[in-house]
Amino acid sequence: MKNSAAISGNSGPKVRSDCEIALELKSDGGIFIDLISKVKSLYGDSIVSLTKEVLDFFGIKHAFVKITDSGALPFVIEARLESVVKQLISTQQEYLPPHLKENNYSTERHRFRFSRLYLPGNTPGLMINSGLHSADGIILDLEDSVAPGKKDEARLLVRNALRQINFYGAERMVRINQGKRGLEDLHFVIPHNVNLVLIPKCEDAEDILQVEKMIESIKMKFNLNNDVFLMPIIESALGLENSFKIANSSKSIVAIAIGLEDFTADLGIQRTIDGKESLYARQRLIIAAKAAGIQPIDSVFSDVADMEALKLTVKESKSLGFEGMGCIHPRQIPLIREGFAPDATEIEKSKKIVLAFEEAKQKGFGVVALGSKMIDPPVVARAQRVIDLAVCLNRLSPDWVKDE
Amino acid sequence: MKTVKNAAGRTVPLEINGQSVIPFKGIGKHIPEGRKYSPFIPSCANFPDDGNKVVSSLEEALQKCGLRDGMTISTHHHLRDGDLVSNKIFEIASAKGVKNLIWFPSASFPCHEPLIKFLDDGTINRIEGSMNGPLGRYVSEGKMKGTAVLRSHGGRVQAIQDGEVKIDIAVLAAPTSDSFGNAKGTSGPSACGVLGYAKADFMYADKVIVVTDNLIDLPCFPMEIEGNYVDYVVVVDKIGIPEKIISGTTQITKSPDRLLIADLTASFLEKSGILKDGVSMQAGAGGTSLAIAVFISEILKNKGWKSKLGFGGSTKYMVKMLEDGLMNFILDAQVFDLDAVKSIENNKNHVPYSVFNAYNYHSKGNLTSMMDIMILGATEIDLNFNGNVVTHSDGYLLHGIGGWQNCLHARNVILPIPLFRDRIPVIVDEVTTLCGPGEMIDVVITERGIAINPLRKDLIERVKGKGLPLRTLQELKDEAELICGVPQKPQFEDEVVAAIKWVDGTVIDVVRKIK
Repeated sequence: MKNSAAISGNSGPKVRSDCEIALELKSDGGIFIDLISKVKSLYGDSIVSLTKEVLDFFGIKHAFVKITDSGALPFVIEARLESVVKQLISTQQEYLPPHLKENNYSTERHRFRFSRLYLPGNTPGLMINSGLHSADGIILDLEDSVAPGKKDEARLLVRNALRQINFYGAERMVRINQGKRGLEDLHFVIPHNVNLVLIPKCEDAEDILQVEKMIESIKMKFNLNNDVFLMPIIESALGLENSFKIANSSKSIVAIAIGLEDFTADLGIQRTIDGKESLYARQRLIIAAKAAGIQPIDSVFSDVADMEALKLTVKESKSLGFEGMGCIHPRQIPLIREGFAPDATEIEKSKKIVLAFEEAKQKGFGVVALGSKMIDPPVVARAQRVIDLAVCLNRLSPDWVKDE
Repeated sequence: MKTVKNAAGRTVPLEINGQSVIPFKGIGKHIPEGRKYSPFIPSCANFPDDGNKVVSSLEEALQKCGLRDGMTISTHHHLRDGDLVSNKIFEIASAKGVKNLIWFPSASFPCHEPLIKFLDDGTINRIEGSMNGPLGRYVSEGKMKGTAVLRSHGGRVQAIQDGEVKIDIAVLAAPTSDSFGNAKGTSGPSACGVLGYAKADFMYADKVIVVTDNLIDLPCFPMEIEGNYVDYVVVVDKIGIPEKIISGTTQITKSPDRLLIADLTASFLEKSGILKDGVSMQAGAGGTSLAIAVFISEILKNKGWKSKLGFGGSTKYMVKMLEDGLMNFILDAQVFDLDAVKSIENNKNHVPYSVFNAYNYHSKGNLTSMMDIMILGATEIDLNFNGNVVTHSDGYLLHGIGGWQNCLHARNVILPIPLFRDRIPVIVDEVTTLCGPGEMIDVVITERGIAINPLRKDLIERVKGKGLPLRTLQELKDEAELICGVPQKPQFEDEVVAAIKWVDGTVIDVVRKIK
């Protein structure tokens, strides 16, 4: 037996672009809506008619609805309404806002994942402009950034956000929960064009296989054929010991990340700025990733105010072999992008190597030499990768050879 | 009431508060003739030989100035939200049963909310000045007896000089004064920096009272208020609440979206060539403006360029440009933080420069028209680039004009604004209240793109192919409405609750009562 009253969403002086909705089912008297909103004079009528439409969709004829609105966009109001309704009645129906055609893109296995911005899955105000900050990926997080009591409503909000927010080409990612809840989370995100799913606290290849199986069954059900890539996150000693097996467990895996907050907690040690305590773990993860042919991704840097320390961390991270890092605030993005991208000296050096290689090839030489130094094939390959990256990031003209 | 369509297409009355007014004729079209207004001739024979004009209380000073029904009382706003003097005037007037006063401040703040009870009891008939927050709401709901008149800072000086407003008594709070009435703002427990907005008041008012909480020996130097214009000096315990007068420190915005707008603005200024060696500029104290100042500083430094002139309100960020050698001079009408107060006191290249000369329509030239970069805000911009700064899209009067209209005369007027704020779109079909004609607004910069006024063909040409996200206002509006939905229009009654004056004293628009 379900209750007759429910509440969903957020309100309060600091809340923006969200609303709190309380719903009480009645036996008669029709729909009564009490709307408190800072945008009432601009959107009051449309909020009221939207509310009626959603309730009608779920077959609710008599109810008292109290909406405390702080400028929530329609897709947020819809998610909050659906959430209160589903706390009170059992239904399989979903009230889906239109899926923006701009959101239909897919991504490539080998695209750069330097910066990916974490967004708490139940905070719409942070989502709306998130695509403007040029992160390589946007992560709508259903896991640790959502309070335990808010996890169900966050699913609906994230689902609607995937359909309604233009992320301007950033890779569309969702971090699901661990275990059974995580598998359920997939039902709310996979049908809405997710490019990549982050799987937290992975300890075993089996964790991946279950997720993969569930994704396949949902894709089958909805007749979807887009790629959904996977990025496991290693956050424990056991996970680290199994990291190569995990990295190699599915062809959908394109990257593997380390989560150092949980990892250091699992070891019972403090996480420090210079990170000596996790050096082995990070190096081991990098080697596992490289051995599996996927991207190793570093943990987030949690002190948003300390940009200098972030700069040093990025530098070290790149020198160890990581190919990206999580961001918890948009202001970290430029620094991280900048840090992982090849710098001017690297580009210059790579240009020389690639040119020497081309020259040797033309002349039919078997060995490549730069000055008096011999250059091995892997060095050439690495130089070519740096050049490709530089071109891709607009740091080098695609016609650079002509300019030389 | 007889109304007419003015040159901006707005329907405005021909009479406000019983006085006939001139509808807006177009920019630079209204050229009044005749002589400036002048106050009564004083004679030094009527003043004490020892120069001591101190009287025992503000009440006594007001009494001696002949406070009576219907007078116009002026104040300046340099104490901002920490002002303890303005409310006191009307408490005294109310206790004496004086009615129908006109309050003529250079700006009002939330701290003036208590004046509502004096508007209710008839002590004050109306406010002619900016209307912030609660006072604006009161006016919008049609509760004020007279009609509010909103003027720009320069328009206020114009109205004083051409006699449109005759100040009976100017009550001027002064952080430091001597007994003769020479006063300055740079020192004392309520230091506020400069006192530029008080200049027209002391020169043109019939009676002038200086109120201070820091009386020093004669002479108070360098004085901004000149004692030979002053009738009485009153010493009180406290004229202001220091932390509300000057912010301890102004901060650049932390909002990632606003930083993005600031970054885009700096990038636009650089790529358009507006930012150059020897540039002159003005930026306000809002978080986004401060971020723009910081980004501009970086560009100047990298290029080895210098700004020849910055026009305040100054903050520590502009002061830093001066101190780092990135700016030659700061001319200042008001200071916003403690670093700026210190700077104006100690740095000879940081010069007080009153609005009297900078903004005033009746000056022989206007400093703002010599500025290369002018960074301003707005509550609404319409598809014709017309701007609104006084009402919100819900129709409520919530802000004053400040120097905004005057600053529109700059060479390049740039408005960095978010495309929507909590679902409220900034770009509209037609502004709720017209404060500035679109032909004076050059560029609107939002987080989702930059719109250049089609009249600025030169700018459009200069930034072509430089990788900036150029859009039209229509495209930006469409995108905002796709995200936020199309808002309803506020409903108004016919009753005019406030007049919006253009810089020359003509009526550019009115605000009507909310339904």
